[in-house]
Order: sequence, then structure tokens, then C-alpha cells
Amino acid sequence: MNNLESTQWISKRSNQQWLEKMASYLLLIFLAFLFTVPILFVVMGSLKPDELVLSEASTLKAFIPQQVSLQNYHDVFERVEFGRFFFNSLLINSTILVLGLIANSLAGYAFARLRWRGRSLLFVIVIALMILPFEAIAVPLFFQITLLGLRNTYIAQILPFVANAFSIYLFYTFFVDLPKELEEAAYIDGASTLQTFVEVIMPVSKPAFATVAILTFLTQWGSFLWSLMITIDEKVRPLPLAIATFQTLPPIQWGDIMSFGVMMVAPILAVFLLFQKWFVKGVASTGTKG
Amino acid sequence: MIDLKTRKLNDDTHIAICMVAPALTGLFLFVALPFSLALILSFTNLRLGSPLPIQFWGFEQYRRIWLDPSFRHALLNNGLFALVVVPTQTILALGLALLLNRPLKGMAVFRTLFFMPVVFPMALVSVIWTIIYAPGADSMMNAFLKFMTLGLWQPRDFLHDPDLALPAVMLLSIWQGVGFQMVIILAGLQSIPTLLYEAAAIDGSNQWSQFRYITLPQLRNTLVFVGLVTTILSFRLFDSVRIMTGGGPGDATTTVMNEAIKAAFDQQKMAKGSAITVTFFLIVLIITLLQRVLVREERTIE
Repeated sequence: MNNLESTQWISKRSNQQWLEKMASYLLLIFLAFLFTVPILFVVMGSLKPDELVLSEASTLKAFIPQQVSLQNYHDVFERVEFGRFFFNSLLINSTILVLGLIANSLAGYAFARLRWRGRSLLFVIVIALMILPFEAIAVPLFFQITLLGLRNTYIAQILPFVANAFSIYLFYTFFVDLPKELEEAAYIDGASTLQTFVEVIMPVSKPAFATVAILTFLTQWGSFLWSLMITIDEKVRPLPLAIATFQTLPPIQWGDIMSFGVMMVAPILAVFLLFQKWFVKGVASTGTKG
Repeated sequence: MIDLKTRKLNDDTHIAICMVAPALTGLFLFVALPFSLALILSFTNLRLGSPLPIQFWGFEQYRRIWLDPSFRHALLNNGLFALVVVPTQTILALGLALLLNRPLKGMAVFRTLFFMPVVFPMALVSVIWTIIYAPGADSMMNAFLKFMTLGLWQPRDFLHDPDLALPAVMLLSIWQGVGFQMVIILAGLQSIPTLLYEAAAIDGSNQWSQFRYITLPQLRNTLVFVGLVTTILSFRLFDSVRIMTGGGPGDATTTVMNEAIKAAFDQQKMAKGSAITVTFFLIVLIITLLQRVLVREERTIE
């Protein structure tokens, strides 16, 4: 090609690339819109008077409130103890999280870096337990908890979820890859195993802790089945169950229900938006470990 | 300070037992024990609150659930659900991941938007979609379908329609789950070495060939994994069904877990609930083993 032809070829190519780029963006915007429609609907609905939520759902007015009002939020607090539900969810989830991180990381470390009798056998058992989804034990666990008289308590909603085979496994795979020099240096300094773990291993294991924390949080915050079975009244009821019962509480006012939903999801969304990178990394790592 | 003389080298049994004790006790008490209990209970006729003494029933419980039309319908529903949702969600997630796997600006924003539904608790998702599926011409879904079919669509009551209820639940499951799979597939895509594509480009292959002969094979394990997880999730289906339809109308949307909870929790029939639970676990086990086989095949070829 001569100079003129190659210039034309280059600009044709970049035109084509520009078109492809635009097409991609348009498609993405369209899909993103479809995805966020339900979310927009809830947020806007929470700001509208109750009667209009349903009647305007069929038009674009569903996404544009005529008058923004916080009346629904006010109503929610008047009708139910939202604060209590929120507190319950927070208490249950943070306790599971903290206790879980401690117990599972200790176990993962012991499996990964220590030599002890029974290690292989117990490890195989832990791996085997990984396939059991919670639903496989919900019924008998319910029976156990009822026998112990622990229905309708926080303990019943926290303790069964602290130890987690998958979390142990995640910690294990992380610790196994750490350089041996870390422990060797600590040993020379005379540190005990526990000291080594806390002062040497933990600080360099932040990604593992973050991943497990996020995955635990994702699975536990929305927990519905167990609280449905275990709680009897509003005392220790967490948010997911609370919104399900609120939805059927007469008078059924959709504006109120929408604001309940917004308040329920806003904190998780905030946490998610702040720690996005960690969320994405955490989720992606389940794929590589699986 | 440590007494280095008495500490045996290479044997940390004492401290290790202490470290694993909390987690392993938890796993034993709250996972292994309940599961064994489920097995045992499933061979009895235990019903809480019944005045009769509990008896050993052998396989009677299992025989009964297999004859139970609701249970069979539940199995069918879970199967249908998996058959529809797994390919749809996986293909959609793959498509989104492919779209996002470019060095264009703003990809992170889109990724966030597609992932957002994942952080929504299923209970909330169910409530939101209940109103989207509201009956009548005013409802969002009816209006949307009317628009898409240029006015041909008649308003339907999705959640009370035996033909539409299950698809309705499928749709919201896909909405909620796609983001999760998309992120996993995206990570898989980004781990494919670019020089494979460069070599292919030099050889003159087009985008479609590259996709078929490089992308797909490299993604095989990831896709199998995503498929497995989604299939297992299909069988765990409970929250949305319980909240939106209660398994109805009739048995149109009931699932295995819904039947288990109905038996154990609503009817106090611990034995029946346990039998359903054990059956559920066997299904999950078979699916998981199938995945291991599929993945191992790939590894031996490499």
C-alpha cells in the first residue's frame, strides 16, 4: 500500500473499532438498565404514597416520584420495631463473622502448617463435610435445637454457623502457600505456635481474612430459612424474616414495604460499594478453589 | 518463654488440637451430628407431639415420599428449574463477562451494577418481585410484556397461575444470581493467556474461531464449576418459593426443600422431613461427583 491507502485503512479500522466500542456500550447500558429496574423501582416506590406504588408501576412514572416523601419510612417505624430487627441482624451476623474468622482460621492454619496426629483423617472429614449444604441439616438441627429448648434465641442463630468447612478450606489453601521462612524466623525468636500465628501469620493473611469475611457475610446476612424455623416472635427475628412477615401484615401498604426494603439493603449496599474490590476478589476465588 | 528442650520438634499435636478444637467441635455438633441424626430419624416414624412411641420403620418413610405426589412434583420442579436456569444463567453470565472483559473505561461500574442484585437478601428480592408480578394491567411485568408483544399480551396473575408461577420464580433467581457467576467467569477469562489469542490472530483466525477454540476450552473448568454450583442452588431453592407462592398454586412451584420444611416444621413430621432431607443430599452428592468426573477428565487430557 502507498501512504494514502494505508492512512485510509488505518482510519477505516479505527472507525470500525469506534463503532464496536459504541455498540458494546449501548448493549451494556441497556442490560444494566434491565438489571437495575427492580432496584430503582423499590427506591422510588419507597418515596411515593402507598396507593401510587402499584398503580404507577406500569408506566415510566414508576421511576419518577411526583412528590418525594419520607412518610413511608416513618410508617415503618410506627408499625413494627424495625430497629430491633436491624439490631438482631447486626448482632447475629457480626458475632458469626468474628467468631467464625477466629475459629476457622485457627483450624485452617493447624491443618496447613502443623504436623500432628490425626491431621490427615480429620482433614478428609472436613473436606467431605464441605458438600453438605445447610439445607441438608436444617431439619435435624431444628430437632436438636428444639430438644435443647433453645428455640427463639440468639445462640441458636449464631452458634451453628460459626464453624464452616468451606472457610476452613479457604484458610487452608491460603496458609499452605505461605513461605516457610515466616515460621522459621519466629521459631528462632522463641515464639510459641500461637504467638507465631497471631503476630506473624495473621498480618500477612489479610486477603484470606477479607475473602472469608465477605463470603460469610454474603451467605449469612440474607439467611431466611433458619430464622423462619427457629424464631417464634419478634424478639430475635432478623431482617429477612422480618420483611417477609411485614409483607403480609395488614394493612398491606406497598410504600411501607418498599421503604422497609430500602432500609434493609442500604447498609449492605454501602458495605459492598466500599469494599467492591474485595467482594469481587472473594467471589472470584471460589471459582479458582472450586 | 518456651523450654526448647521439652518441645518436640515436628510434633505440634498438643497445640494443633487446641487450635482446631473450636471449629471441629462446631462442625461435629452442628453439621456431622445433625446429618447422622437425619439419617437415623429417616428410618423412624417420629412426629413431634404425637402420643405414640417412636418406632423403627426401615425404609417406609422413603417409600412414602416417593409415592407422595407433592414430593414428586417438587422433584420435577427442581429438575425443571435446573434445566432452565443453569444454561440460561450460565450463558448470560458468560455473555456479560465477555462484554466486560475489555480494557474499556467504565467496565468496573457495569460490573458493580450487574453484581448488585447478589448482595440483596433473597427474602427482599422475593418481596420486590412479588409486586413486579402483581396481577392486573397496572403491574410492571404485565405492562412490560404488553409493550414487548406490541399489545398482544393479556394481564396475568403470575404467582397464582400454575403455568407461569415457576417461570416467574426462575426469572428472579436468574436476576439475582447472574452477577455472581459473571464475576467468576470474568476471573476465568482474565486468566487466559493473551498470547494464545495473539498466536491465533497471526494465524488469521476470526473472533468466532478464537472464541470456540481458545476461550471455551480454557473456560471449561470454570463453566463446569459454575454449572455445578447453580445446579446445586436449584435444588436448594426455598426462600423465594416460600415467600412468594408457598409452593402453589397447588404444587406448581413446590420444591424439595419446601416439602421438607412443610413436613418437619409445619406438620411436625421429623421423620418424613429427615427422609426428604437425606434424599436431597444424595441428589447433591451425585451432582457433585458428576462434576468431579467431568473436571478430572479434562485434567488427564492436559
